[in-house]
Amino acid sequence: MRILPVGEHALLVELPTGDDALALHAELLRRQAAGTLEPVADIVPAARTVLLDGVGDPAGLAARLPTWPVPPPEADAGESVEIPVRYDGPDLADVAAHWGVAPGEVARIHAGAAFRVAFCGFAPGFGYLTGLAGRYAVPRRASSRTRVPTGSVALAGPYTGVYPRSSPGGWQLIGTTDAVLWDPGRTPAALLAPGTRVRFTDMDMDTDTDTAPSPRERAS
Amino acid sequence: MSDRALAVVRAGALTTVQDLGRPGLAHLGVPRSGALDLPAHLLANRLVGNAPGAATLESTLSGCAVRARHPVTAAVTGAPCAVTVDGAPAPWGAATRVPAGAVLALGPAARGVRSYLALAGGVAVAPVLGSRATDLLSGLGPAPLADGDVLPLGEPGAPPAPADAVPQPAPPAELVLRMRLGPRDDWFTPAALDALATARYRVSPAANRIGLRTEGPPLARARQDELPSEGMVLGAVQVPPDGRPVVFLADHPTTGGYPVAGVVPEADLAAAAQAVPGTPLRFVPLRSAARRAAR
Repeated sequence: MRILPVGEHALLVELPTGDDALALHAELLRRQAAGTLEPVADIVPAARTVLLDGVGDPAGLAARLPTWPVPPPEADAGESVEIPVRYDGPDLADVAAHWGVAPGEVARIHAGAAFRVAFCGFAPGFGYLTGLAGRYAVPRRASSRTRVPTGSVALAGPYTGVYPRSSPGGWQLIGTTDAVLWDPGRTPAALLAPGTRVRFTDMDMDTDTDTAPSPRERAS
Repeated sequence: MSDRALAVVRAGALTTVQDLGRPGLAHLGVPRSGALDLPAHLLANRLVGNAPGAATLESTLSGCAVRARHPVTAAVTGAPCAVTVDGAPAPWGAATRVPAGAVLALGPAARGVRSYLALAGGVAVAPVLGSRATDLLSGLGPAPLADGDVLPLGEPGAPPAPADAVPQPAPPAELVLRMRLGPRDDWFTPAALDALATARYRVSPAANRIGLRTEGPPLARARQDELPSEGMVLGAVQVPPDGRPVVFLADHPTTGGYPVAGVVPEADLAAAAQAVPGTPLRFVPLRSAARRAAR
């Protein structure tokens, strides 16, 4: 763990891996909920870091933080969400070629993985989800699309993301969902907040459409 | 809609609704947004008796004009500009009574970039995630004003405390930004960081609410690998591949993958918000004690 000062009121905690960042983020939220974390305006996890912004005593927190025991994330901790997907994206064949599998296999592999939202960025409610094995990482597209439709399920690097609204984008599109990723009138506004566990389900494999899972279920 | 409302007669180049923004939602990818020249926004509200969080209008370079449907107290701060009520000169930086049906106009900024128009009761468009601010990066909040828009106003609170003379800093002839080095100053060559203290930059015409883009000598990097995305703070001096520093302002992205060489303290950002394109710009790098010891 390396703690870097950021301006006068923030700390950037750098960790060896993304999983370590997830674990520290979960520990920070636990301490915040328990009232044992000093006031912090923003806790922003990212690929291998957690940013603490709006900290009253950055030097004090930087001294205490390395002494905390941080348990690894529990597999079944946190909110759980299922996202039904039609695996019909325009880059499905390219992704299958990168993976060295038949196009029909992409859905099975993707819907078989257990994901977690590592962090948000790019747009409100755009989550960067980890969970695919390292061998399934794919490059961004050589050229960006000027318009990626709302609900596009996409891959880039080790991450899966779902576009909360139409925007330009360079990720590989493998499918679409009708799930509402972002609704400012809802609490929480983001379906995919950091730490949320996510399963994608293949709608074409869903034989009993009347009992499609609700988009948000509490973890038992 | 109540009859407390405002019609936009001339929206100008870019006029947005601003307040204190949406801090605390960066983990969901929501920019903080809010008034770029915060002291000017706060002062305008104080002059008309509003709470600090009441929404004001932030105009850009070319001013704007509005017609009130009812008598309202207004005040203009920030970039100095000619203020008129139905064509008659009215004070800048002081409360003005605008009669029902009269047009309150802000002329082009004489100096600086952004003028703030506060109206008693505040602009009362529907808040999004607790704020009425227009966020130009993510599109949250009301769209920039267009001619003919009608904006609701809130009920005025207590009459404003009298204020005879209010000090307002003039927009800078030269923009001097202090910058606390880190978190990624080690991604740049020591020579580049030393040169940063003496290099002359200028404010780029591409500067906007997201970031103050600069023109000047590129900052040479000590390492060329890619930085994994990490959280970004207000005032972060991010250096994209072209090497020209960008100072992150209110609508900045919440995460980014280019290294941040240093962070400009919030107190210096009001001046940055008022620096017109072409303004000479100097960075004053500050090394923290811990950093000095480590080098």
